[in-house]
Amino acid sequence: MKEIVCISGKGGTGKTSLTAAFSHLAENKMICDLDVDAPDLHLILKPRIEATEEFYSGNEAIIDPDRCEGCGQCAELCRFGAISQSGEVYEIDPLRCEGCKLCVVMCPEEAIDFPPRHCGQWFRSESRFGSVFHAQLFPGEENSGRLVALLRQEARQAAEKKRYSLVLADGAPGIGCPVIASLSGADLAVIISEPTVSGRHDLERVADLCAYFGMPATVVINKADLNEDACLDIESFCRKRGLDLLGRVPHDQLFVEAMIQEKAVTELEDAALSDRIREIWSAIEIRAGLNEQKTQETITLKEE
Amino acid sequence: MIAAIASGKGGTGKTTVAASLAAVWQGPLTVADLDVEAPNLHLFLKAEIAGRREISMMIPKVDESRCNYCGACSDICQFKAISVLGQVMLTLPEMCHGCGACMAVCPEEAISEDSRPLGEIIWGRRGDIDCFSGRLRVGEAMSPPLIGHVKDAAEKTASERSADLIYDAPPGVSCPAMKAVTGADIIVLVTEPTPFGLYDLKLAVNSFSAFKRPMGVVVNRAGIGNDEVYDYCRQKGLPLLAEIPFTRSAAEAYSKGLILAEAFEEHRERFAVLAEEIRRRCVCAGEVTA
Repeated sequence: MKEIVCISGKGGTGKTSLTAAFSHLAENKMICDLDVDAPDLHLILKPRIEATEEFYSGNEAIIDPDRCEGCGQCAELCRFGAISQSGEVYEIDPLRCEGCKLCVVMCPEEAIDFPPRHCGQWFRSESRFGSVFHAQLFPGEENSGRLVALLRQEARQAAEKKRYSLVLADGAPGIGCPVIASLSGADLAVIISEPTVSGRHDLERVADLCAYFGMPATVVINKADLNEDACLDIESFCRKRGLDLLGRVPHDQLFVEAMIQEKAVTELEDAALSDRIREIWSAIEIRAGLNEQKTQETITLKEE
Repeated sequence: MIAAIASGKGGTGKTTVAASLAAVWQGPLTVADLDVEAPNLHLFLKAEIAGRREISMMIPKVDESRCNYCGACSDICQFKAISVLGQVMLTLPEMCHGCGACMAVCPEEAISEDSRPLGEIIWGRRGDIDCFSGRLRVGEAMSPPLIGHVKDAAEKTASERSADLIYDAPPGVSCPAMKAVTGADIIVLVTEPTPFGLYDLKLAVNSFSAFKRPMGVVVNRAGIGNDEVYDYCRQKGLPLLAEIPFTRSAAEAYSKGLILAEAFEEHRERFAVLAEEIRRRCVCAGEVTA
């Protein structure tokens, strides 16, 4: 089984629109939205939620004002500046608390509780393109990396059970915690770039990240007709870095049109754009080794 | 006055707005790019770099000659960053949050502070504007501590010069975005009139309401998509601070690293009005609190 993750570094390059199109084109796959912070794939896939699970991760320190003697030791120890005085007692800002437990064990009055932190929910759903694993982190919550890892694990298990060959995931922007969690151990990163100074700059950051984790990466230039010089620059960067360039997708109003109709852009009647994306998806399948696998599957089926 | 330019969805135009505001701002100004994972503001402001400083965070270093492998450190560590394997201590520096708990509970005082690089802060000037940005080290997962350092540096300079401060925040609504927006006097949410833009705007409004600060919306790429984002703003009583129409020429200018307010006269006027609007709303909110 192969795991393909679409990432971009810069936000808004078209990861989700293209992942939705790939979800439309790919066969026998589990779909995963790993942007658990600001997930959008479900707006296109319109999945029917089959199961909702609560996501608890880590703990949260809470001072009981009735037990607090106001000594302030906790505030001195906290390295996150999460504890401050409030009248006679101290209180913890949940937005700053990282749940390290130091204050809990050091409080001489044992006045600090440490309940599990309810950080979000995740869902197993069905859509017209197949099963979808997605989630929603609660506002301002932490541990997006752990939620990403959990979603991936669930999607992989479900894929194995159904003997699917692919987990196709939409990643988060940036290069930090949730992106790292979506890459480690995956098979192929598809970097959706754009020919702008920001797109080019962040492509390099995310390509460096893939190299750092030894992850094979390929590049798609979206909104390609915006700036030809920037496209050429991205292409030369890809050659220099040995990144497979899979092709260009034009800046097309149809992407917004599709989004409003809650469709993947390849579901619209536009042969040229759909063909272009179909070619790119085929190239991704080849790079991920899905075709060999497919051939293998066909052989196995025949033998059976 | 501190204005945070934020959004739920990435790529809605935070940096476009921040750069254009900087170009038209009246009076002393400091700007800070807090999107340390994918910092882009410098590509537009092109500040003359005056210095850079590496930022690191504390991680534990175990002196095994003093360690008796009691396991107190691994018991308290909530991040699985330190563990005892028989007679060997294993630390995973990249998992560490730098809380210092292991050090505080070690009965043998066998743990001291080491450091792990988080990234760097870069500062410089563009004309009279002080510019700060943070760059997360590639491979580093934790951006909030670096964001905190960039904010501290920018706030120090801004207060020394009695300057206003503009933050270009990272996308999303989880810990990096929350860290960036904390302490702002006004939160400017940049969105686009599409279903993705609207959905993520709602997430941002829900998350940032916790700060109880005035919020306003800038609709970028106005004219694409539909009207639902306007309906939502009306329902929620969120002021529409500005609309930036989508034009091919603006998108091309952006792709080359041009600042909209400098490249087009009509945008200069638009952002000058936005700047005044932001300032006015801060003053009003300040008077209400006072």
